[in-house]
Amino acid sequence: MSAVRVLVGTRKGAFVLTSDGKRDRWDVAGPHFAGWELYHVKGSPADPNRIYASQSSSWFGQLIQRSSDGGKTWEPVGNKFSYDGVAGTHQWYDGTPHPWEFKRVWHLEPSLTDPDAVYAGVEDAAMFHSTDGGQNWSELSGLRGHGSGPHWTPGAGGMCLHTILIDPSNPKRIFIAISAAGAFRTGDAGKTWKPINQGLRSEHIPDPTAEVGHCVHRIALHPTRPGVLFMQKHWDVMRSDNAGDQWHEVSGNLPTDFGFVIDVHAHEPDTIYVVPIKSDSEHFVPDGKLRVYRSRTGGNEWEALTDGLPQRDCYVNVLRDAMSIDSLDPCGVYFGTTGGQVYASANAGDSWTPIVRDLPAVLSVEVQTLP
Amino acid sequence: MIRVVLPPHLRTLAKVSGEVTVDVSGQVTQRSALDALEARYPMLRGTIRDHDTHKRRAFVRFYACEEDLSHESPDAPLPDAVASGEEPLLVIGAIAGG
Repeated sequence: MSAVRVLVGTRKGAFVLTSDGKRDRWDVAGPHFAGWELYHVKGSPADPNRIYASQSSSWFGQLIQRSSDGGKTWEPVGNKFSYDGVAGTHQWYDGTPHPWEFKRVWHLEPSLTDPDAVYAGVEDAAMFHSTDGGQNWSELSGLRGHGSGPHWTPGAGGMCLHTILIDPSNPKRIFIAISAAGAFRTGDAGKTWKPINQGLRSEHIPDPTAEVGHCVHRIALHPTRPGVLFMQKHWDVMRSDNAGDQWHEVSGNLPTDFGFVIDVHAHEPDTIYVVPIKSDSEHFVPDGKLRVYRSRTGGNEWEALTDGLPQRDCYVNVLRDAMSIDSLDPCGVYFGTTGGQVYASANAGDSWTPIVRDLPAVLSVEVQTLP
Repeated sequence: MIRVVLPPHLRTLAKVSGEVTVDVSGQVTQRSALDALEARYPMLRGTIRDHDTHKRRAFVRFYACEEDLSHESPDAPLPDAVASGEEPLLVIGAIAGG
């Protein structure tokens, strides 16, 4: 019988939530790495027992942990992330040049086929790669060396490379996103990169349609249709039907088009999910109601999913890496909140139940569908 | 042989309890002490000082013999009492506050 394992990164440790395929009874294990920030925990598609975790703290910096037994035990692996060559400068908040400085790993994306190969997206924005299970990391410096690099500027949360999507039909094609530079695409496994931000409009930059400078919060794709991308931008939910060459807005009837997460149904490539958030300053759900919005039309037409979610006095956020979808049928949808709840839907979002209610603030949620 | 007291998170990482002891060859300085510590416990590399520059991380301090040695040269000799093992070198994580 199938099972699922939900990997949760929080402000104060990692948790592993497991259930059988019914997804109605859960075991909660953790905290692992208690007291540390776990920005991301993700398993290898090639070997689900191989899991990578980004562990960091303001005091003691960055660690990478690796598990080979599905998250029961862990070992620290390489934590040296050195920029390739002369690091150079990017723009600081005030527009002055600022040296590139490594701060933390935001996102770990294991290879689709090799459990020992994994990408890391870091702050200050750069992409690293390991082919030895995380022991050694080398920068794919063609990204940061892209001509626009000196003009990248951090968002309020830091200049982070937070999203890495590998095209299953061509693993050399990778999409990434950086706050607040925008989205980029490589077709040669990271040697060269192209900004893919045409069609985005951002009023916080001098030229609202500039090649770079857009605060992309998250992008998503369906593995059977990797040329179609969905994006939650700082404002605006966007869609591209040509692998990012051109974007168009699909915010439609959302109560607010600000948010962080966006994800795609496991079996319906045009069914997508977002969690609208009130902004610019509040960063909690509108009207005290926690609502996931689902579009079955690839955007523009959205329905609120509220069954089982708090509809009063709720003021949490759902951060960019904190939603994930399993591949069972019907697919399960999972998300975590800054209030420490992890909600699960075993019916593609129709109804929700909390798996746990009182974890530290949730930074990331990833689900593994196990045989 | 010198004694080093690590902050709790680094004791957990290094899988040790209480203070640790390491052999230091040559003059006992912050640099030689940390080199020996990291050689014995490689998982600590990058957590106390930067991998490349060896600069002390901002939220980490070094105390010994009731003195704050954080801003001493990494190559300055540590107090005789630390070098002899009579007193430990304390690696301190800044207090969180609040």
